[in-house]
Amino acid sequence: MLDALRGVLARDLLLALRQKSDVAVALLFFVIVASLFPLGIGAEPNLLRAIAPGVIWVAALLSSLLSLGRLFAADHADGTLEQILLGASPLGVVAAAKTLAHWLISGFPIALIAPLLALQYDLDASLYGVLALSLLLGTPVLSLIGAIGAALTLGLRGGGVLLALLVLPLYVPVLIMGAGAVEMAGAGMGGQGQLLLLGAMLVVSAVFAPWAIAAALRISSE
Amino acid sequence: MKWFWYASPQTFFPLAGTIARVCWVIAALLALAGLYIGLFVAPTDAQQGEAYRIIFIHVPAAWMSMFLYVVMAFWAALGLAFNTRLSSMMASAIAPTGALFTFIALWTGSLWGRPTWGTYWAWDARLTSELILLFLYLGFMALQAAIDDPRRADRAGALLAIVGVVNVPIIYYSVQWWNTLHQGASVSLKSSPKMASIMLTGMLIMVFAFWAYAIAAAMVRVRCVIREREA
Repeated sequence: MLDALRGVLARDLLLALRQKSDVAVALLFFVIVASLFPLGIGAEPNLLRAIAPGVIWVAALLSSLLSLGRLFAADHADGTLEQILLGASPLGVVAAAKTLAHWLISGFPIALIAPLLALQYDLDASLYGVLALSLLLGTPVLSLIGAIGAALTLGLRGGGVLLALLVLPLYVPVLIMGAGAVEMAGAGMGGQGQLLLLGAMLVVSAVFAPWAIAAALRISSE
Repeated sequence: MKWFWYASPQTFFPLAGTIARVCWVIAALLALAGLYIGLFVAPTDAQQGEAYRIIFIHVPAAWMSMFLYVVMAFWAALGLAFNTRLSSMMASAIAPTGALFTFIALWTGSLWGRPTWGTYWAWDARLTSELILLFLYLGFMALQAAIDDPRRADRAGALLAIVGVVNVPIIYYSVQWWNTLHQGASVSLKSSPKMASIMLTGMLIMVFAFWAYAIAAAMVRVRCVIREREA
């Protein structure tokens, strides 16, 4: 079972490494979206400081969504997915490995680069840690929930837009807690409550989402 | 009772017609009675004036919008687990009615909010979760519409509904979680209601009218689905 996890993880990471541009594009998208807000709203430092957590979180969420479409699409197109379905390794484990790979490629770099954007938004330096931590806890939940949607919309016409419609409403609690943690910490009340809730969401979705992804993959490739 | 006899779409088709006819009549009568009590009999509210009368539509619609999502997820899960065609058809038949009630709840709520809160829309927890519920309904319907194979559409929709049903308790408890602008629930089972009993009567009658309407609409729609798929 762990072999399957390791194998799929190594394969997906290797594939991502061979197509670095795909990874870079999602990250660049994150940076660009976050940079657009000051241009649209105006560079008033107090305003920017107030909206920074929300904007960075929304940008992270959209960037994660952008890369979700490719999560299973290539494997579906070249028949790999069918072989995985026929194979002996438990599908839930494979789904978990693929989602983990997706997070390592999309969510993890975002969490690392977010403090840089926070700097642009003149966020207090003491909040960088909370922001990064909230993203580290929250983006895996986004990947896990998003993978269910990606598996359900596999091979459908208008899949990308449909995926957004399915997944974005389910992202809302993560967004509220993630941005809320930074805001509470900024208000001097500490963001522990929100961070703990994010952690709880991560645990619950890590347990249940792989099975839902596996079921969705079976439904989509009947 | 021959419950499983009616699990087949062919045998359920005439029964659905009968249920629909009966429920239309019940819905019309109850709505007439409830609206009469609500608009003419119930007294003017001391604080909110006449504007409060929207609750006779708003509260039943909001209740039904959440309840119907659970019912839809229940039928969808049943269809997924036992491969019963009719259960999945029921789920797709309920979805538009649920979305309609969600929209009505949002619409009447904003009409009520304007004179009472001074704004059509506030980013209050309950409003926001009701809006998310509308998106969940629309996502369910869009997913089913995008899949040509009805079997796959049923199963994919069922999985989405089960994932989404996690959101319904969040909606319900959001008032306690993010206690903000929306007034606390006026009706609860634990304490005696904080509104005049005639208002409560009118509202409960409207709730049953909406129930009957939802059943009738779902039955009419499930008949259409059966005709489409089984013909």
